[in-house]
Amino acid sequence: MTGFILRRLAQTVVVIALLSFFCYFLMTLMPGDPIDEMIAANPNMTAEDAQRLRELHGLDQPVHKRYWNWVTMIAGGDLGYSRTYRVPVSEILGRSLLNTSLLAGAALVLSLLVAIPLGVWAALRKGSRVDYFVNLFAFAGISVPSFWIAIVLILLFAVYIPIFPAGGTTSIDFGMTPGEALVDRARHLVLPVLSLSFLSIGTFVRYTRAAMIDAMSNDYIRTARAKGLSWDRVLIVHGFRNALIPLITIVTLSFSTLFSGAIITETVFAYDGVGRLVFLSIQRNDFNVAMVAFMISVSWVLLMNFAADLLYGLADPRITYS
Amino acid sequence: MTETVVSVRELQTTFHTRAGPVRAVDGISYDIAKGRTLGIVGESGCGKSVTSYSVMRLIEPPGEITGGSVLLDGEDLLSLPEERMQDYRGSRVAMIFQEPMTALNPVLTIGYQMDEQIVRHMGLTRRQSRERALEMLELVGIPAPRERYASYPHQLSGGMRQRAMIAMALSCEPDFLIADEPTTALDVTIQGQILELIQKLQERLHMAVQFITHDLGVISEIADDVLVMYAGTACEKAPTHRLMDAPRHPYTVALLQSIPRIGRREPRLPAIGGTVPTLHELPAGCPFQNRCPRVVDRCRAERPAMTAIAEGHELACFNPVEDR
Repeated sequence: MTGFILRRLAQTVVVIALLSFFCYFLMTLMPGDPIDEMIAANPNMTAEDAQRLRELHGLDQPVHKRYWNWVTMIAGGDLGYSRTYRVPVSEILGRSLLNTSLLAGAALVLSLLVAIPLGVWAALRKGSRVDYFVNLFAFAGISVPSFWIAIVLILLFAVYIPIFPAGGTTSIDFGMTPGEALVDRARHLVLPVLSLSFLSIGTFVRYTRAAMIDAMSNDYIRTARAKGLSWDRVLIVHGFRNALIPLITIVTLSFSTLFSGAIITETVFAYDGVGRLVFLSIQRNDFNVAMVAFMISVSWVLLMNFAADLLYGLADPRITYS
Repeated sequence: MTETVVSVRELQTTFHTRAGPVRAVDGISYDIAKGRTLGIVGESGCGKSVTSYSVMRLIEPPGEITGGSVLLDGEDLLSLPEERMQDYRGSRVAMIFQEPMTALNPVLTIGYQMDEQIVRHMGLTRRQSRERALEMLELVGIPAPRERYASYPHQLSGGMRQRAMIAMALSCEPDFLIADEPTTALDVTIQGQILELIQKLQERLHMAVQFITHDLGVISEIADDVLVMYAGTACEKAPTHRLMDAPRHPYTVALLQSIPRIGRREPRLPAIGGTVPTLHELPAGCPFQNRCPRVVDRCRAERPAMTAIAEGHELACFNPVEDR
């Protein structure tokens, strides 16, 4: 087991290193560099000034050298400086990471709370009206684009019935008590979380339903009933416990896509999260911010895959890592 | 006369399919006394397993028990509310299955699966239940019961799994055991051991046993009486030796002739002509008529009912094979 974990961690590190170079290389292929952004804002700069600045920041060097400079900087614990925001990357990224984690975490919890009972319910009434209705809802969630849902939610609950803010992360008001500030944060989260959940609920419902139908058709369900166990026990301990194995895959993997999926949601709701930060920093050639954000999402996806592997071992005794 | 434990009367189970209702079990009746074994034989799809599930009330939609009664010590199981039936399942009526691989939950230990039943029915604590489970594992001849208790089903061989299954089924000392082809998935040496084990435990616990199989060899070893089923109906019921030596129903005769015998040289093993009719298009009258060598006009018009022809011997045939 320990051997497996170490081997898997080593693999993960290698993949992260390879992907970091790939991302860095792709960024250099984009037209322009950070210096272009600087001169665009300052008409007094000459071509010589720009050249001097490029030399100063090492932007005139070949890609592999620049990449190596970046790696040594990161390895030294310095994430670099954001030219757009004029603060160290760690400062700006920390805040948006927290915001995105809140958004994605709340959306995941909400989707699971809704989707799992709904999926189990549909599975137990397979072919009934309930099942058709749940499936319709799930397919709607999967098919409808997330920006559309976001706009509809804003129209409904911020414009026609103005009970939630249309966007932003917090209200601009400095006189709030901590309690009021917390409520304010929560109110800003409601619509983005709903919009982000809508899609994942659809996916989770479909998977839960399929996994549960599959689990309940097994012979051991009949054995459990023949032992005189209560229906709830048959359903949870014998049915759902087995349906959990395929569910782990989809939940852990979608945990990573929740982050990338949040880009659209964050943009529509002007929510101050990682997705929006990455989008803006790429637009403005802010390499340092974009690279660190890339690395975080890459590591996150790999970490979630790793977590899935470990969870299989816990959920299914037939899987061993030796 | 020995004490009757189970008495099934005119049991009828219907499956509501798209093509209309289908009677998978149609008017089956039998009694099993304490300590006795009834073997139920028949081809695949003849309703043997559906009969067992009906007795346990484990028939699920689109299936439904549409008639008859199942008396356990005089109490009709079919009229009990579901919660009451749950109290009986696993404690008074137990069941073992064909595939010990798939009949045990792969993600729970043998011990856990035994404990949940023992705790449910015997009102013991987890600790007492563990003692009971270990005792049962030992009784069914599982070596190193303490280790096996903590094992998962996939860590056991097929024979050991079936032993564990038996230990589980018998842990609450049921009055009635239904064995649904418990030896079919096992190889021949293990089959013998499992049969011996069931017999040994039956003597010890004085259970009534209903043994489902399509293997007449197994039946002759274990059953006191045999019920032959065809297309959901009963053909013939008799004490085992009598049925083997002097079968009267043409179907039973054909079934027995299709067993190869050591020392008997035949160019070709006789098979029963034709195929089992699908239950949707069962002919009026006797269900065996189209494959029967002794069919008479009456067979096509009227369905023969089970009638006693001797002590313990019942037959549903208008033109039976002569008694030898």
